Amino acid sequence: MNEHIQAASEALKDRFAAQVMEFRDQTSLLIPPEHILAACRLLRDEFDFNMLRGQTAVDYWPEQEPRFHMIYLLYSLPRHLRLSLRAPLNGNNPSIPTVESIYPNANWHEREVFDMFGIRFEDHTDLRRIINPFDWVGHPLRKDYPLGYEEVQFSFNYDEIDRRKPYARE
Amino acid sequence: MLEKTEITLDELRHLISDRAIKGETVLLNMGPQHPSTHGVLRLLLELDGEVVVNCIPDIGYLHTGVEKNMEAKTYEKAAVMTDRLDYLNTIGNNLVYCLAIEELVDLDVPPRAQAIRVILTELHRIASHLVWLATHALDLAAMSVFLYCFRERELILDILEMCGGQRMMTTYFRPGGLWRDVPVEFEEAVRQFLRVFPARIAEYEALLTKNPLFLERTVGIGVLSTEDAIRWGVTGPILRASSVPHDLRKDEPYSGYELYDFDIPVETAGDTYVRYLVRMEEMRQSLRIVQQALDKLPYGPVRSNNRKFVPPPRSELGTSMEAVIHHFKLWTEGFPAPKEKVYVAVESPRGELGVYLEGDGGPKPYRVYWRTPSFANLQILPLISKGHLVADLVALIGTVDIVLGDVDR
Repeated sequence: MNEHIQAASEALKDRFAAQVMEFRDQTSLLIPPEHILAACRLLRDEFDFNMLRGQTAVDYWPEQEPRFHMIYLLYSLPRHLRLSLRAPLNGNNPSIPTVESIYPNANWHEREVFDMFGIRFEDHTDLRRIINPFDWVGHPLRKDYPLGYEEVQFSFNYDEIDRRKPYARE
Repeated sequence: MLEKTEITLDELRHLISDRAIKGETVLLNMGPQHPSTHGVLRLLLELDGEVVVNCIPDIGYLHTGVEKNMEAKTYEKAAVMTDRLDYLNTIGNNLVYCLAIEELVDLDVPPRAQAIRVILTELHRIASHLVWLATHALDLAAMSVFLYCFRERELILDILEMCGGQRMMTTYFRPGGLWRDVPVEFEEAVRQFLRVFPARIAEYEALLTKNPLFLERTVGIGVLSTEDAIRWGVTGPILRASSVPHDLRKDEPYSGYELYDFDIPVETAGDTYVRYLVRMEEMRQSLRIVQQALDKLPYGPVRSNNRKFVPPPRSELGTSMEAVIHHFKLWTEGFPAPKEKVYVAVESPRGELGVYLEGDGGPKPYRVYWRTPSFANLQILPLISKGHLVADLVALIGTVDIVLGDVDR
């Protein structure tokens, strides 16, 4: 592990009880969601991680605790280093503070995560759907969201599929 | 099910100024079918006369659910969908996806395959910049540049067709190397292109670089300061035009880019004109890389010999039982990847193109996230367009160089 990343992970471990995970020289830190804002601020101000390159989430359904991992892909422009933060989120309607005040470009990335995963961002300035139409129902990248094909009905399972088929109802 | 049928003004209230409510400014829709929006980008503009007060991009018209679809396919089969994201940089999408898989399962790539990957990626970078230049110039009313650029792009597409059998959606890069070796005519075709193209770049520059009409439309338009570029997470030529010498090919070399000698063009003004200069110079640098890679192109296999991940060649199937078993396993079940995650990024013509890949121990990816440069860069459009004319907005959409397939995924 790179010395600078080592120092950053030590600092986060001490202050926010972060867990360090490493795979093929890529470091990711598991951070409790309530500390995400402070952790990002610390990394930006003291460890030169001045760019947010992307944000996404992973759904571990049917697991409930945690159900989601919110992922922050940080980049240090002066040092050419990468670090990713992961915040575990419980339950079906999770929320996490926005990091827009630290990285303004989190705006669209968080809108995308909201749209696709239904994770709410507290104090976000513009939390609307971004990719899907505004009247879309559901959050497509959740694991309990079907891929969208039509199931073939046979006589033995006709009624069962019929009950949950999305007809246009009255 | 459907409760809402339209967006009310109240929902957009935080994005527009008070003057729009009083009726002093006008809200106007631009796109999604506007020819200068490079696809299906819709902009909601708040205009004071012809001056843009606020610009609210609305994207998603080209959303195809690639990330969701990839979760339902094996690693190798999902590669076909990567071409469809950024349809001007298909080879680059293949590259980053293959690199991510190779990182996840620890797969080697033979040197010849790496060199061919570099050659084709750089050629495709030129092709992508040519489409950018063509449409950007066309938006600024320089019709002839469009025709010249597409003429040269055709030469590159011919080379791709020669290698992969397709002009655009080649899926020529596969995990562990290439689909097959390049044909014998490949080297001559690339050399021919290298001979022809420098004069053609000079031709475009003669048409544009000192053209007063072009200067009028680009100099000082859409200035992006260094701080803003970093804060807003902008990458690629836009970042380099705002005086940050950052290029992943230099800073985090992949596929053997460290073997080649090339420069990173950097400009300081941060406006539309220098972004044009940066991209023009990048095409020259790409030519240098292609030249070097072609000169020292090694001989050898073009795909890894690791039969747990790479199917055996057709010729082995008749003689080796083991090959038959591997072939069968790989094409029915696929190969398993560990329950781990990697993030791999490359420098696409538009900026950092990254793939976050998470495996779950099975043959299908658990989560694929595409960090696409167009999506990240388009976010600065409201920032750089404020206070400019609607006509300049057309130049700004061109200079951000978005591909809507890449934005919406």
